[in-house]
Amino acid sequence: MITVSHVTKRFGDFVALDDVSLEIPDGSLTALLGPSGSGKSTLLRIIGGLESADSGSVAIHGDDVTGLPPQKRGIGFVFQHYAAFKHMTVRDNVAFGLKIRKTPKDRTDSKVDELLTIVGLAGFAQRYPQQLSGGQRQRMALARALAVEPRVLLLDEPFGALDAKVRAELREWLRRLHDEVHVTTLLVTHDQEEAMSIADNIAVMDNAHIEQVGGPRELYDRPANQFVMGFLGPVARFDRTLVRPHDIAIDAGPDHGGREAQVRRVSYLGFEVRVELVLPEGEPVFAQLTRTEAEELDLATGDIVWLRTAGGTALAA
Amino acid sequence: MKLALRITALTYIGALVLVPLGMIFYRTFEHGFAAFWETVTTPAAISAISLSLIIVAIVVPLNVVFGLVTALALARGSFRGKGILEAIVDLPFAVSPVIVGVALILFWGNDGWLGGALPVIFSLPGMVLATTFVTLPFVVREVEPVLQEIGTEQEEAAATLGASKWQTFRRITLPAIKVGVLYGVVLTVARSLGEFGALTVVAGAVPGESQTLTLLVHARYIDDHNAFGAYAASTVLMGLAVLTLILMTTLQRRRA
Repeated sequence: MITVSHVTKRFGDFVALDDVSLEIPDGSLTALLGPSGSGKSTLLRIIGGLESADSGSVAIHGDDVTGLPPQKRGIGFVFQHYAAFKHMTVRDNVAFGLKIRKTPKDRTDSKVDELLTIVGLAGFAQRYPQQLSGGQRQRMALARALAVEPRVLLLDEPFGALDAKVRAELREWLRRLHDEVHVTTLLVTHDQEEAMSIADNIAVMDNAHIEQVGGPRELYDRPANQFVMGFLGPVARFDRTLVRPHDIAIDAGPDHGGREAQVRRVSYLGFEVRVELVLPEGEPVFAQLTRTEAEELDLATGDIVWLRTAGGTALAA
Repeated sequence: MKLALRITALTYIGALVLVPLGMIFYRTFEHGFAAFWETVTTPAAISAISLSLIIVAIVVPLNVVFGLVTALALARGSFRGKGILEAIVDLPFAVSPVIVGVALILFWGNDGWLGGALPVIFSLPGMVLATTFVTLPFVVREVEPVLQEIGTEQEEAAATLGASKWQTFRRITLPAIKVGVLYGVVLTVARSLGEFGALTVVAGAVPGESQTLTLLVHARYIDDHNAFGAYAASTVLMGLAVLTLILMTTLQRRRA
């Protein structure tokens, strides 16, 4: 478990973290999610000892590590731009931490072989980082961090420098790896889809504060405030409330009540259909339908329809 | 057009550099190798060659160690007066070596601030000080940009993997800046061998004692009217410089 208590950090006049407290359960994969400048990377670096807090404390598995340098925290850290040791082979990169710990050579070799197999780089041991793709480099960096058997694994936007396809693959791969290795993992990301698809637990940050902590579904369905609601998914404003656009139902007639609106534009985005409408007083609304729903209604620009909210999340606007 | 450019460049370099240097080379060997050998193995010449090499051997490690420390401070730290330190590092490039010599006498000389408390002027320590001063910027200026470029992430990664500050420097930072350091060393060597201005002021040029190769060339040519001896000593000096240049080019190629 990682326990962060009342941590504050300033860079000059800029407040990066303002009295932040957070608990990360043992064995979980937790995401720190927020826009850039929200303080999430600073919090991760403070947990890792790469940055020191102005006040507050950090404990890992109950040990207060606030004053300890990164070397003594028992952490593994993965950087956005891989931080590969360029003058070392893949094998030497992964073995680095073990060599520092003066692990016997045969143990080091077998451990490195095992890790290279796990991360799918078994055939690349003698290559140099420049000879690897971005995704391969990041898997090497993960193997390197795992080699020293850290108590917690800290990942700072680990897939941020990769293209979308590789990012999605590595994301799934990391989730499977975590299910095998079970090391308590904290991952910083600004990508809500990444956080939702990979994490057991998400802490949403904004403006130096933690806004809400919970499971992906809980955060999506019961956001604590407008920021969390807006950051985790699309939001439509309807009848002085904020709702998810897929929670707006469209009827062809007034039988179910609701409010009259006119269709402005219909966009087919594959499975999802996005409908832009306008209320009589001129207020725009948008709704998401499935393709099947849209085909049944057969909507066209200029049609008059009736809108109502069909359950789901609503916050007062 | 291309041909014209090439001819212009070659003529320029030829007239300014190659022909004059070639003349010295020709004059050195016009009486055969034996004559050359005799004049560069006189006690004064041997003493001058070894003095020049001793100065290089002291100056290079000094400037490598302090150059690395300064480059690390400038590239990794943010502190008050960093801008001033940057400017001071470049000062030896801007100030004429003669002024350096005069300044050293003012400070260390018999009538200087320290009242000649230490035997610096007209002896090896003074020559080393002068040469260290004029070659101070090379290692710093070669290493600092490389440090900026490699950034701090690799060093941070090493720290999270358990490496101490020294281990991180030895195993991560130093290999990454190695070529920059070597390049700085080569420039320092070349400049140390060739230093003349500051040494004329502080060395005293006593043959067999405080006369370096450059001072020997000057003394033979101007004072002894021994032109042949001056050419021969120049050739030795050039030989050492060319050796350093070859080393430098090889390194440059490896860096590219």
